[in-house]
Amino acid sequence: MEFTLKTFIFYGFALMTIASALVVVTVRNIVHAAFSLMVTLFGVAGLYVFLQADFLAATQVIVYVGGILVLILFGVMMTSGRLEMHIRIERGQLLLGGVVSLALLMLLLTVIANTPAWKNLTDDGTKLPPTTERIGELILNGPFLLPFEVVSVLLLVALIGAALISRKEVRE
Amino acid sequence: MTLQHYLVISAILFTLGIFAVLTRRNAISILMGIELILNSCNLNFAAFSRFMTPLEDISGQIIAIFGIVLAAAEAAVFLAIILAIYREFGSIRPNEMDTLKG
Repeated sequence: MEFTLKTFIFYGFALMTIASALVVVTVRNIVHAAFSLMVTLFGVAGLYVFLQADFLAATQVIVYVGGILVLILFGVMMTSGRLEMHIRIERGQLLLGGVVSLALLMLLLTVIANTPAWKNLTDDGTKLPPTTERIGELILNGPFLLPFEVVSVLLLVALIGAALISRKEVRE
Repeated sequence: MTLQHYLVISAILFTLGIFAVLTRRNAISILMGIELILNSCNLNFAAFSRFMTPLEDISGQIIAIFGIVLAAAEAAVFLAIILAIYREFGSIRPNEMDTLKG
């Protein structure tokens, strides 16, 4: 693989994603963790662009960065007093969690490196047409119509449930 | 860029998410870990859709979009539960929620 501008940018996005995810899971201040999560989400959106998933990248930015992250920040502001901004971590748990995660990472990397079907699949740079139209076609007039409707109902149920759970309880 | 590049990135994200869920003692940090896990999962869907199926087939991307929708619903419910818990216990440390402990 020759080292072109494209691969350089790809590795930049990969590094940005992983480094900021590392900050998310290690930093003590929860607000810093939330903002670092934003960088991670942008990095993943960049990787989607490299996979030529343009609609997915836009959705990632709009829903995750514009929606879920704001929700998380709201949660931080509403539940964390000055004392709770710093996350407490217990040392024994840190060790055990680190060992378990490292073992899991080793397992996953071994599987990725040794699965024959996944080898030598290189991005040959074929340019695809924009995906938005085909995604709309598949969702609203194709095999994904039923899952789409189910997911819509699920979203409605989840939002009504969230409103119900989070309101103040009124007792007679 | 090969498929394995994306799989390695996603494996690292997944592991970091698991690490956050296992070690963090704050419910919102756990939510961030779960978001990392879901992101790695969606990235896998998109990568496999790009490399393992014909280029015209973008079903994997649609599954990833459904994954994003589910993540949004999950985050909303999670934060509603956190708010209710905060009102009840005055804290969101998971190990202080032990009312059901015998």
